[in-house]
Amino acid sequence: MKPINEMKLSFLSRSSNEAFARAATASFLAQLDPTVDELADIKTAVSEAVTNCIVHAYKNTIGTIYITMTLYEGKNAPEARIKIRDKGCGIEDVKKAMEPMYTTCTTGERSGLGFAVMESFMDKLKVTSTPSKGTTVTMVKVIRSKGDE
Amino acid sequence: MAVKLSISQDEIFAHLLGDIDHHTAKEMREEIDAAIHRIQAKSLTLDFSGVEFMDSSGIGLVMGRYKLINSYGGSLNIINASERIKKMMYMAGMDKLAIINDGGKVR
Repeated sequence: MKPINEMKLSFLSRSSNEAFARAATASFLAQLDPTVDELADIKTAVSEAVTNCIVHAYKNTIGTIYITMTLYEGKNAPEARIKIRDKGCGIEDVKKAMEPMYTTCTTGERSGLGFAVMESFMDKLKVTSTPSKGTTVTMVKVIRSKGDE
Repeated sequence: MAVKLSISQDEIFAHLLGDIDHHTAKEMREEIDAAIHRIQAKSLTLDFSGVEFMDSSGIGLVMGRYKLINSYGGSLNIINASERIKKMMYMAGMDKLAIINDGGKVR
């Protein structure tokens, strides 16, 4: 598939950057003229993935989070592919981590719904991880509002 | 300021302001929890009318406040949540922990 446009972003795993990551990806996506709902879906999914990097991948440390966002023409409607990568602790059991309500956090303040939210708000979700090397989350959203009817 | 609290006797009304993510949820949590402990609250109302964006950290915020208010024998109410936020609340089963109300007075 032919990319229309692409951007790369890297920033430190500070929680104040959660809002920055949402705003930056939403702003890049604006050129596809998404609906308010499509934009909110992507902002939510990005927020979940970036929070995972901060809370889990780089727990008790500060590392770099990398985002690559590529826009494609798509078959019937344009698509946005967002890759969010860290070089943190990695996930031992990805399948387990993706189960709704599963969390390693013991404070009771994390719902364990991050991946479930990404899955329900995006069209595709792929998670690859290597323990002590890092995790890559790839998500695709079809911008249907601009598709051929 | 991420949250504005109104307290009367053993009831807390918390008007949440702005986006709720892992970063902002911390400040909201700390202020609300301090008030719950101080007055041993029997009722907590979370008003979402000032919240445009929320990720699953908002669910964690609701879950955690439920546990705390429940430990004082109190109850939790959620009011003025947008359709989108309500969808996430139901997805996470928050309607089993809190009373999710559509129309509430905005103070």
